[in-house]
Amino acid sequence: MSVDFTKLQGHCRRVALGLAVATGVALSGPVLAQGKVLRFVPEADLRSLDPIWTTAYITRNHGYMVYDVLFATDANFHVQPQMVDKWEVSKDNLSYTFTLRDGLKFHDGAPVRSADCIASVERWAKRDVFGQRLGELTESWTAVNDKTFRLKLKKPFPYVLEALGKPSSNVPFIMPERVAKTDAFTAITDATGSGPFKFVKEQWVPGNKVVYVKNTDYVPRREAPSWGAGGKVVKVDRVEWIYIPDSATAAAALNTGEVDWWQQLPVDLVPIVAKNKDIKVESVDPLGSIGMLRFNHLQPPFNNVKMRQAVLAIVDQNDYAMAIAGDMKNGKPCASYFTCGTPMASTAGSEALTGKRDFERAKALVKEAGYKGEKIVLMSATDQPIVNSQALVTQELLRKIGLNVELAASDWGTMITRRSSKEPVEKGGWSIFHTWFVGPDITTPALNSALRGAGEKSWFGWPTDAKLEELRDAWFDAPTVAEQKKIAEEMQRRAFETVPYVPTAQFIIPTAYRSNLSGVINSPVTFLWNVEKK
Amino acid sequence: MLRYLLKRLLATIPVMGVVALFVFSLLYLSPGDPAAVIAGDIATEADIARIRAQLGLDQPYLVRFGGWLWALAHGDLGTSIFTSLPVATLIGQRVEPTLALTLCTMIVAVALAVPLGVLAAARAGGWLDRIVMAVSVLGFSVPVFVIAYGLILLFAVHLEWLPVQGYRSWHDGFGPFISHMILPSVALGIVYMALIARITRATMLDVLAQDYVRTATAKGLAPHTMLIRHALKNAAVPIVTVIGIGVALLIGGVVVTETVFAIPGLGRLTVDAILRRDYPIIQGVTLLFSAVYVLVNLLVDLSYSLFDPRIRY
Repeated sequence: MSVDFTKLQGHCRRVALGLAVATGVALSGPVLAQGKVLRFVPEADLRSLDPIWTTAYITRNHGYMVYDVLFATDANFHVQPQMVDKWEVSKDNLSYTFTLRDGLKFHDGAPVRSADCIASVERWAKRDVFGQRLGELTESWTAVNDKTFRLKLKKPFPYVLEALGKPSSNVPFIMPERVAKTDAFTAITDATGSGPFKFVKEQWVPGNKVVYVKNTDYVPRREAPSWGAGGKVVKVDRVEWIYIPDSATAAAALNTGEVDWWQQLPVDLVPIVAKNKDIKVESVDPLGSIGMLRFNHLQPPFNNVKMRQAVLAIVDQNDYAMAIAGDMKNGKPCASYFTCGTPMASTAGSEALTGKRDFERAKALVKEAGYKGEKIVLMSATDQPIVNSQALVTQELLRKIGLNVELAASDWGTMITRRSSKEPVEKGGWSIFHTWFVGPDITTPALNSALRGAGEKSWFGWPTDAKLEELRDAWFDAPTVAEQKKIAEEMQRRAFETVPYVPTAQFIIPTAYRSNLSGVINSPVTFLWNVEKK
Repeated sequence: MLRYLLKRLLATIPVMGVVALFVFSLLYLSPGDPAAVIAGDIATEADIARIRAQLGLDQPYLVRFGGWLWALAHGDLGTSIFTSLPVATLIGQRVEPTLALTLCTMIVAVALAVPLGVLAAARAGGWLDRIVMAVSVLGFSVPVFVIAYGLILLFAVHLEWLPVQGYRSWHDGFGPFISHMILPSVALGIVYMALIARITRATMLDVLAQDYVRTATAKGLAPHTMLIRHALKNAAVPIVTVIGIGVALLIGGVVVTETVFAIPGLGRLTVDAILRRDYPIIQGVTLLFSAVYVLVNLLVDLSYSLFDPRIRY
């Protein structure tokens, strides 16, 4: 059968012409006048607006955009005033009086008052681990006037400013009183803050885009920015967080300049992205994150300290650093229970982790523990590469010393649900899971919740260690930094004996941005003020 | 016809009721706890329990199901556990990108597949047929993300003709809209083109083997008139069925394409909700999808009577 193509060819020509016109129109599409726009690819999708309700880092970062804080920690680990202008401490160390800076306003134009600060701090103190400690010791918060408020303590607490200047989740952000009066276990939906950016709620598309505009009423401090402290000078008109779930697409978007900054660049893409001369690949996070191997202390076999010591004897942090970071430039050993590079970190007792990796000793410890081949459930979340890569290393290690390991791979949501089970493995329980904390979250005994020994009240894994708890209490009472360090060292020695968990490695996830950006702040939290786009 | 339409529309109610019950029960039984995801890694067990109670997730099955049905009966799909935004708002945000992607994809697929399928059948065994079939096999075999990355690399990164990712609304202007739609709809359209082209060729071959085609050809009917007016019309029923299923599947979400091109469509909304156990969203979109499937099938069934006068409702 033959077909006359003449008419079809005519149609094809017309279609091709139409497409060409459409493409031409597409390429000359209108550009909306929005001033200087910083397009930023965040580490995750912003799902909740409440940085007190959730400890998710993406919500913490959102908090830093829209809220301000009373105090902030700087790059030297010193707490600096931010919203506070001046403060006084009574001679008996039981009373703190804070006075706010002039010109502080919420995004709705209302002035920031003492009542707003008190309500915000009280809500935070119901959820945050450091805040809870402060809350236990608080007798009252009172507003002296609209700009001055007072904290009265039941007993001296040397960490009041450290708590209020806490850099990571949960951060005591200041909200309007009407918002801060919300129950601490109910999410707020009103993102009115007094911070350097305003959240544009009507343009928020969860799973895709978050829009902030410069808060032109914001009065920055005059000091240079240093981590969360200092002047928060905004140098762009608008910031768009564009969530790109696929890393190859994000790399292409950065390459073409569709986005200006990709917060967390996967290590395997570093060589590809770094080839582009218009892109800077940097490690701006001085503390990085710390991987963790957590045992279930309630169930056999890791309710036996010898089994935990056996695992400690064979963990080689270099293996984990390589598995997580891909190279030893972005990953390194950190044999401390407190973030390496911070004041409380030390090498006390760390020979248990840095000495010769001794498989024979580990096998002997397993034998002494009376292990008879019971199933060990090692949980992993395959949608979390940092978790999964650690779990694969651990699986191999445990098999080498003859343990009967079952890798329970699931998604993160399933894993963190299962880890709340205190049942034996036969009834849906677990033996080991991996996770990681960002550096600022485990810098001190006050913050490191995995280092508690309060049994079933502890964080998942529920270790019981009265001595560890005693030392923690003593740390809270230690009046000087020298004494704090001494107690932190004692806690670490104890931890290397009883092994509540094993720190696996310290790693940094690089960031990548177009070279027309300047002023990126080196900090464990990504801040978007001070960043200029040329 | 009207009676048939009414009957079919009424039949959607029990279908969606069963879907609602099934989805709710599956979610209730499946592992995962949104409270744990919300609270974050550092949160304590007590915090998670408080959040769970606050969200009503500690309530018995019947209380939760009854509450959801009651709200549904009042036109309320619920509120997202995470974003605290109404599910209807979240779905509303995603409908436009999904419909745009569906429409553009089907235009690409149908505009290429039907003529190619017809020509392949007309030249069965010839070089054109072989090329069309080879392209179809390729379209089936190559994963859509590979096609997508290839298109991005060529047209967005190297040639810089089109944007890499994102979605721009029709309201922002036709230019930005279509420039963001070309690559995803071509990537996805190739797959559907392969499917529709094969079906078109196969059904056309059946029709072309019929006696009346031979008679019409013997009587000197022009080949293109015979192919398009007579053969294609008679072959249309299975082709339209496949196109209809394709439309329903596309509206149901094409997660890979949406993910690669960062298009905020219903597919990604669903998968993100599943990963974090945002039950109201999962329930809402599943109901929507079931309604779409029922309606698309109804439209396909109704369209049969346009192509085949023997079909009457």
